[in-house]
Amino acid sequence: MRMNRDAMKDMLLRMADDVLILAHRHSEWTGLGPLLEEDIAFSSIAQDKLGHAQALYAILHEHFEGDEPDVMAFGRPEQQIRCCHLVELPNGEYDFSLIRHFLFDAAEFIRWSALVESTSEPLAKLALKIRGELKYHLYHAQTWIIQLGAQGSEESRARMQTAIHMAWPYALGIFEKREGDTGLVAEGVFPGEDELRTRWLAFVGSVLDKASLDLPADASAILGGRDGYHTEYLGPLLDEMTEVYRQDPSAQW
Amino acid sequence: MTSHQVLDALQSVRDPEIPTISVVDMGIITDVIVHSDEHVSVRMTPTFVGCPAIDVMRSDVERAVRELGIAAVDVTVNFDVPWTTNRLTEKGRAALLQHGLAPPEPFESLTLELEVLNNVACPYCGSHKTTLKSPFGPTLCRSLHYCNSCLQAFEGFKPI
Repeated sequence: MRMNRDAMKDMLLRMADDVLILAHRHSEWTGLGPLLEEDIAFSSIAQDKLGHAQALYAILHEHFEGDEPDVMAFGRPEQQIRCCHLVELPNGEYDFSLIRHFLFDAAEFIRWSALVESTSEPLAKLALKIRGELKYHLYHAQTWIIQLGAQGSEESRARMQTAIHMAWPYALGIFEKREGDTGLVAEGVFPGEDELRTRWLAFVGSVLDKASLDLPADASAILGGRDGYHTEYLGPLLDEMTEVYRQDPSAQW
Repeated sequence: MTSHQVLDALQSVRDPEIPTISVVDMGIITDVIVHSDEHVSVRMTPTFVGCPAIDVMRSDVERAVRELGIAAVDVTVNFDVPWTTNRLTEKGRAALLQHGLAPPEPFESLTLELEVLNNVACPYCGSHKTTLKSPFGPTLCRSLHYCNSCLQAFEGFKPI
């Protein structure tokens, strides 16, 4: 059981860190979105994701001796952050932000849909709630992918395709396997990263098909984030995100 | 003291973002336990996991129960009962409409199809000739729509 508790902590942490960091990236579109509605959409998705991160840190705090959610979010150095590289990358142009949003939320939707059946009670309860919210995130992403792909201009389609190729090896990194996963799969906590990746590939393929965009040929996943190795972009993000907390850890804002 | 009296008192606690609706009609109060005349427990479930209004509502609920003369009040927020828009009462739907928000249609299946977001009834003229502009609005629980009959933009309370 000890081993599975550690594996469970590792899983909750990487899920929470993914959405914490992506929430920060999405929030960088606040005030800068190409349309007012898009500005609001990315800001709302960021707020939802921050809520998901907080709920996951709360499970770690209440059931797995983790620190308070604020300490978890703002008090850890880069090497202790377990997010994948996909969520750290700068927003770039809107095409890249949209593609990352689509590839990540497709994975999130598939993961949380599976977690509804999890034998971990707090996770299963949260999954029922989060799945409903993710439906809107995915709906938003898909609508744009199809609009700028199949229904777009030659330029918009080309830009989406380039963004997919750029994001692809990073997106595969979402499903980086961990040593303790086998135990969690055996206990029915989650279906395992390989299985989730298979479901994700099928789903992403079907949407890209509708969008007249090509699924990239298999590439090597960019790994390391789950062990605390990150891109050069995470450090500056953390510096900005934790600025207030570092000056006064008890500050309310 | 009965749980009914507590729920009556909670009718005075409003959603700070939609002041026409009470927390009871919103369906976010999931349980009221009257242990004695001195001790009451209330359980709540947030509309959205990241709802920023939940802390305000939690303390408003606590204050309203205290005002009934109850000394020990504990309010717990958890996901034991997941909130869905199906938990809105009829009175709650009318309150949303009064605030200019298209109320969400109740849905039956567990897997809500988002096509229902197109052709939402316009809160101003009642027409169903409407278009979804964005599934995200000024608060997490709202969507943006346009009515092709009365040519006005409006907000909906999105089904979840």
